[in-house]
Amino acid sequence: MTVNGKTYEHEVEPRLLLVYYLREVLGLTGTNVGCDTTSCGACTVLLNGESVKSCTVLAVQADGADITTIEGLAGPDGKLHPIQEAFREHHALQCGYCTPGMVMAVTSLLRENPHPSEDQVRFGLEGNLCRCTGYHNIVKAVLAAAAAGAGSAPIGAGTAGAVPTGGAVAGGGAR
Amino acid sequence: MSATQAPAAGTVGSRLTRLEDPALLTGEGRYVDDLAVPGALHLAVLRSPYAHARIRSVDTSAALSQPGVVAAFSGADLQQEWASPMPCAWPVTPDMKNPPHYPLAVDTACYVGDGVAAVVAETAEQAQDALASITVDYEELPAVVDLEDAASDRVLVHESLGTNTSYVWELNPDPEAVERAFAGAAHTVSERYVQQRLIPSAMETRGVCVVPQPYGGEYTLYSATQIPHILKIMAGLTTGIPESKVRVVAPEVGGGFGSKLNVYAEELLCLALARRLRRPVRWREERTENAQATIQGRGQVQRIELAADSEGKLMAVRVKLLADMGAYLQLVTPGIPLLGGFLYHGVYHTPAYSFSCQSVFTTKTPTDAYRGAGRPEATYAIERAMDALARKVGVDPAEIRRRNFIPTESFPYGSTPGLVFDSGNYPAALDKALQLVGYEELRAEQARRRSAGETKHLGIGISSYVEMCGLAPSRVLASLNYSAGGWEAATVRILPTSKVQVVTGTSPHGQGHVTSWSMIVADKLGISPEDVEVIHGDTASSPHGMDTYGSRSLSVGGTAVYLATERVLDKAKRIAAHQLEAAEEDLEFSGGAFSVRGSPERSMPLATVAFEAFTAHNLPEGTEPTLEASVTWDPPNFTFPFGTHVAVVEVEEETGRIELVKYVAVDDCGNQVNPLLVEGQVHGGIAQGVAQALWEEAVYDKDGNLLSATLADYLVPAASELPSYVTDSTVTPSPTNPMGVKGVGEAGTIASTPAVMNAVVDALSPLGVTDLDMPASPMRVWEAISRARQGRN
Repeated sequence: MTVNGKTYEHEVEPRLLLVYYLREVLGLTGTNVGCDTTSCGACTVLLNGESVKSCTVLAVQADGADITTIEGLAGPDGKLHPIQEAFREHHALQCGYCTPGMVMAVTSLLRENPHPSEDQVRFGLEGNLCRCTGYHNIVKAVLAAAAAGAGSAPIGAGTAGAVPTGGAVAGGGAR
Repeated sequence: MSATQAPAAGTVGSRLTRLEDPALLTGEGRYVDDLAVPGALHLAVLRSPYAHARIRSVDTSAALSQPGVVAAFSGADLQQEWASPMPCAWPVTPDMKNPPHYPLAVDTACYVGDGVAAVVAETAEQAQDALASITVDYEELPAVVDLEDAASDRVLVHESLGTNTSYVWELNPDPEAVERAFAGAAHTVSERYVQQRLIPSAMETRGVCVVPQPYGGEYTLYSATQIPHILKIMAGLTTGIPESKVRVVAPEVGGGFGSKLNVYAEELLCLALARRLRRPVRWREERTENAQATIQGRGQVQRIELAADSEGKLMAVRVKLLADMGAYLQLVTPGIPLLGGFLYHGVYHTPAYSFSCQSVFTTKTPTDAYRGAGRPEATYAIERAMDALARKVGVDPAEIRRRNFIPTESFPYGSTPGLVFDSGNYPAALDKALQLVGYEELRAEQARRRSAGETKHLGIGISSYVEMCGLAPSRVLASLNYSAGGWEAATVRILPTSKVQVVTGTSPHGQGHVTSWSMIVADKLGISPEDVEVIHGDTASSPHGMDTYGSRSLSVGGTAVYLATERVLDKAKRIAAHQLEAAEEDLEFSGGAFSVRGSPERSMPLATVAFEAFTAHNLPEGTEPTLEASVTWDPPNFTFPFGTHVAVVEVEEETGRIELVKYVAVDDCGNQVNPLLVEGQVHGGIAQGVAQALWEEAVYDKDGNLLSATLADYLVPAASELPSYVTDSTVTPSPTNPMGVKGVGEAGTIASTPAVMNAVVDALSPLGVTDLDMPASPMRVWEAISRARQGRN
């Protein structure tokens, strides 16, 4: 499996979910888990360029896939992706827990539809719950990012996020 | 500079983007479950599937032979671990009934989700798997679900108490005045409202990790909590570990809304088991556990009566509550109805007032603080009742409010229930909101639709609110029997390199304290907010604190930061005056430097003073080295934010479908440190309040099963269900603190629920509907329309 541009190979239990593979085996803890029912979208990542809820994909199903997580979105120098920048500019996050999934869902949305209407943004993100912002500033940020051409912005060249920080020792130990 | 020019970037009043964000936007933020702790054991809790059951026996032996399992315990097995039961810090009356509550139930399970056994294993999956091997022999007892049924004592939740009533609390300063008012009233209103139970649903569920330190006998307790300081004290008391040996850390915390303002069984279990097993023990809550075993909010049956004269001016408000405590009293469960008990007259001058609350146990998840905690309930009741009064008097809902507003010139206003409202200008907020929403045009459009017989009805709902926040003057808390103070602590230190460290006792979980506290300090010291580091959520670095809840952080904790900064600056001035050989009175401070008034060439930057304070080579006589000051601030009063929200809905007569088409909020939280963050708080609050009105409910069946225990069943709204909001503000500074700030964390939630429900009822009023329970689901709306039609036929 390629994650944020780096290739990994592991033997895993058949029941291991992709999100726990990312979090516990690779130490990429930016992707969060918020529910058990595929309802909240906190675990959204890109699988072969399309958004998926990684709590509903088995790690083995993603065998050979190309995965992008929140850690892989910014540039290698730490420069934020335009969507991340727009989220900051428009105060589209508070506690930050839904944010990685939300940002990945927006990345996918804008690649499919680079210039969505407000309604298209709202319906496009209905699989991602946020409890803090009331969505107002998220929608604002997405529209601003779209206007700035974020839909065609490159995804961070795949080097920034591949090195788990602090999580390097986490494989198997984090949980 | 003109008066309307925006404040300079980064100074108080500017829209500085958050310093917290880069880490959170790149996945670098660390929540509890992200912490890598090698060798940690994992806890899983077996929970009662029954709402009420005697535990005849618990057999954990088979679990012990499961792969990876290290230990398994029943409640009885762990009784020796506890020095005292789980804490309730708010015994509101001397005779309040409070059943013993332990982290695991010992002989009776009292709600679905009550812990009955625990397993610790090498992995979370192994612990979870092993729960299935535990055998519990239950004797099922009848559930107590309905509040009125609970009050009848037909079935007792806790047999040993002899009653289901925990307490009766009354606030009735002049009973005869209330009687007289009702006897002489031209109009009376008598309404019954139900505050359904809500599941707070922070996006991060709870999580705990306890690490016994290899040296010093200390335990580090990481928890997704709003209250590291209170938790430290309570964890010490319940486990018998000296408080000095417990360090609590709240890392990034993914939302709380009151649900993490508690001391929970799993925090104590992890701590006790880490002590017992001498290994780190961690736990992560699943979403269904979060619904069942984290506190829920609201849960009241409200009876409100208004007495008014012929003009619709209020003469008295009389309120009787029945409040659902759930199965046990958690940290502040009993106090929640009281926080609203002083505010059932809302923004209206009310000469006579009576409030009483009977609180009862049920076999359901305990209730406790949820965003607004008592004030949303009070605001809902008075704002819905005022609309009912407007209908009786035959005036517009805006007019009935105007006639009754506490006059602007009467602040500080002594209310009949005994509070002093600090400052207010209620008509200004109402006027602004009505103008922003286009009230006259909307009423005209509504009239047009009605006369045309259209079946998509337009409804306009107004909610004018005031709330008390900034908890709180410690002496007032004492009068309410609250077992702690309401102060907050801050330390500001300017380091030798001139970087500034701020240590705060508040514990943010999304509010942006790092940004706001940095702005307060930077503004005063004439430096950039980026040069300020805010340290929070770790009892090792901030030994004193009262944490974050009740919209208190800015007005209490922010004020402590402000005052500590002033104190540091005073000391710096003393040192600068000494070194510049000038009198302190002759120094001025601007642009980050002291200079002698009239001789600007005699100046000394603060950075130089910081270094001088560090080297201590040349300090004035009697001045201690280093630039540091600590302040513990106890506010003289609550603060009283207010405002008016207006909701506009469309309701389809045939389907009962409601759409929120426009929402205007005008809030007054006094002076604003960062309007960007203020708006964010309002937006989120609105969404949660709208959700109570339209979608959310913790649904229990008659056997006490929680039917809405997942996010597939419990309807936390998505972006597609909400509109963008129009937000604005008025600014009436608070005299309670030097910055003139109030609080805004809960205002949106407090105002929005009644605004939406008033709009729904307004839309349906031509059909004869005058009341509707929440959430106003299409089914409920459709039924209400059908009932109203039958009533007319």
